[in-house]
Amino acid sequence: MKKEHDQGKYKYGMVIDLDKCTGCGTCMVACAAENNVSVRPDESDKQRSISWMQVYKADNGKEFPEAETVYFPRPCMHCEQDGRGGHAPSCVSVCVATATTLDKNTGIVSQIYTRCIGCRYCQAACPYKARYFNWWDAYFPVDKGLERYLSPEVSPRMRGVIEKCSFCHHRLMRARTKAYADGRRKIKENEYITACAEACPAQAITFGDLNNPKHKVAQLIKSKNAFRILERLNTKPKVYYLSSRDWVRKIADNPVDEFSPISG
Amino acid sequence: MKNSAEKPSSIVVAAFPALGRYVSKGGWLCFLAGFVGALFLGWYVFPKLLYSSQPQPFNFSHKVHLEEADDPEDVESCLNCHAFRDDGTFVGIPRLDKCKECHEDPESPLGDSDDEATFLTNYMAEKKEVPWLSYSRQPDCVYFSHAAHVKMGEIECKTCHGPHGGSEVLPLYRENRISGYPIGIWGERISGLKTNTWDRMKMDDCAECHTEKGHEENNACFVCHK
Ligand code: HEC
Ligand code: HEC
Ligand code: HEC
Ligand code: HEC
Ligand code: HEC
Repeated sequence: MKKEHDQGKYKYGMVIDLDKCTGCGTCMVACAAENNVSVRPDESDKQRSISWMQVYKADNGKEFPEAETVYFPRPCMHCEQDGRGGHAPSCVSVCVATATTLDKNTGIVSQIYTRCIGCRYCQAACPYKARYFNWWDAYFPVDKGLERYLSPEVSPRMRGVIEKCSFCHHRLMRARTKAYADGRRKIKENEYITACAEACPAQAITFGDLNNPKHKVAQLIKSKNAFRILERLNTKPKVYYLSSRDWVRKIADNPVDEFSPISG
Repeated sequence: MKNSAEKPSSIVVAAFPALGRYVSKGGWLCFLAGFVGALFLGWYVFPKLLYSSQPQPFNFSHKVHLEEADDPEDVESCLNCHAFRDDGTFVGIPRLDKCKECHEDPESPLGDSDDEATFLTNYMAEKKEVPWLSYSRQPDCVYFSHAAHVKMGEIECKTCHGPHGGSEVLPLYRENRISGYPIGIWGERISGLKTNTWDRMKMDDCAECHTEKGHEENNACFVCHK
């Protein structure tokens, strides 16, 4: 069988089991806390608020007793292609400043805030709406003590730049540094997992190297229940979903009008 | 003709006839003075103005502290103070509890220098951390791992930090007024010439060494940036 992800050494990816996901939103909170995602004085303004990991809700449109709901947690998909034959995701090929690139060695799509000029082409190009624009400078209300939770491992963003999920890339660097200090070159499977995968109470999220047949993710994506959102765009995302329900797999490839964000 | 050819002003006139009526003998001198002045401003005054300078809280002599080490050139003697934590992160400048191992009693100094007295009375006795100014601190968005370079890469401290580890007197700390970065990042020389590996530590200097050592995979944005 031809390998789906074969360039480079590592291909970090994620598998989310939708049959386990309860839509609790812990992944969203864990992600925001881990990555210094700024809050807004008015968080209900969903057009302007930032959430690297967003949970979308969908249902099968039927009446009780057939009614069923599914939640799609959506990080950045870290696509490998733009679906039109290019060997970089569409956000990367439209970037005029080389502020976002696909690292062939890890499969992670980087976002360098200091280089970003805020043109928002990438935001428009992303089929998954995974990219967010900072309309204001980062805001961490001091009187509520939020600034004490800031992590020095992730640089805060300024007004006028795009940000997005980085697969907690700083955790990869953390794991590597630990390995180097121990005199190892390779990191173990569970040394590098994202904050959302770690926090998920239902353990619906699995993270690892898709290129390594020993890793659990590489085995899970071979399941007949595995699929990706908007697979027909052929962007080769590295976030897979699992569901045994046919209608869930079907709507994942359908137009957006069947989805509605959890916030309404 | 022969006579005037020796005057510099007529060279300009010959080269740019249209300028002729503006260039007199005095004009040429004015141009020269302005040109030299501009060069002086750009190459000497501006870099001086660009950086503010500040002394360290007190002098710290690496030489004195490494005198008792078996081999002051050996990395291990540096790692005594500039240690790695168990998780592989780098301590950086040591904190008070490290100094306390030797300077345990603020009342009885180990020597008779003023710097030690300042250190003991102002910081050790008060249990206050010394606010050292870091000469090599990179911008917020940069990720750097000492473990990768010192443990895996086996690169000497000197390659990046120069002779600081053997110094007796701390240099003034100079900071770029616009960016807030220490002068060590972009280097002393405005010309951009580099004679030592530690003269500056800009993005290109990091990448240059990675390429030289055959670690091109480390030249992806998300290796050095966070
Ligand atoms: C007794 C503890 C101690 C030992 C041993 C020691 N250092 Fe230091 N080092 C310090 C302190 C304190 C500072 C902060 C003051 C300064 O900038 O020099 C420092 C600062 C530095 C800095 C400057 C960091 C910056 O960017 O501001 C470098 C470089 C450095 N040390 C290298 C070395 C090397 C190389 C060795 C081994 C040859 C060494 N040190 C051994 C205590 C120590
Ligand atoms: C291994 C033991 C040891 C450690 C650890 C140590 N010192 Fe010292 N320190 C000494 C000795 C010995 C002297 C020499 C006293 C003399 O002969 O003047 C000294 C002298 C000094 C002096 C005065 C001479 C100079 O450097 O200008 C200062 C200031 C000083 N120490 C600061 C510190 C600080 C700050 C730390 C913590 C980072 C520290 N020391 C850690 C042993 C130590
Ligand atoms: C490959 C180059 C390189 C090598 C080798 C290296 N350093 Fe550094 N060092 C740096 C850089 C870059 C920084 C700034 C890191 C930052 O700001 O995150 C730094 C920062 C420091 C600091 C200051 C940390 C702070 O708090 O600002 C100290 C102290 C230091 N190094 C000591 C050492 C010692 C001791 C060694 C040898 C064991 C060493 N370094 C080897 C590049 C290097
Ligand atoms: C003198 C040479 C040299 C310089 C200067 C240098 N590096 Fe490196 N760096 C290396 C080498 C060699 C390695 C690979 C170590 C290994 O894996 O054996 C490395 C690895 C790294 C890694 C670890 C990548 C991983 O696998 O996790 C990071 C991060 C890094 N360098 C950042 C920097 C930054 C930032 C700078 C500039 C401030 C810099 N380096 C300057 C030689 C250098
Ligand atoms: C080998 C390490 C390394 C790599 C790879 C690297 N950078 Fe940098 N970068 C640095 C260092 C160190 C600095 C700070 C010193 C300077 O200004 O050059 C920096 C500074 C910057 C700055 C200026 C930030 C500021 O606030 O001054 C931008 C923008 C930037 N990098 C973008 C990028 C982009 C985009 C990429 C990928 C194409 C990239 N960098 C790859 C090491 C690196």
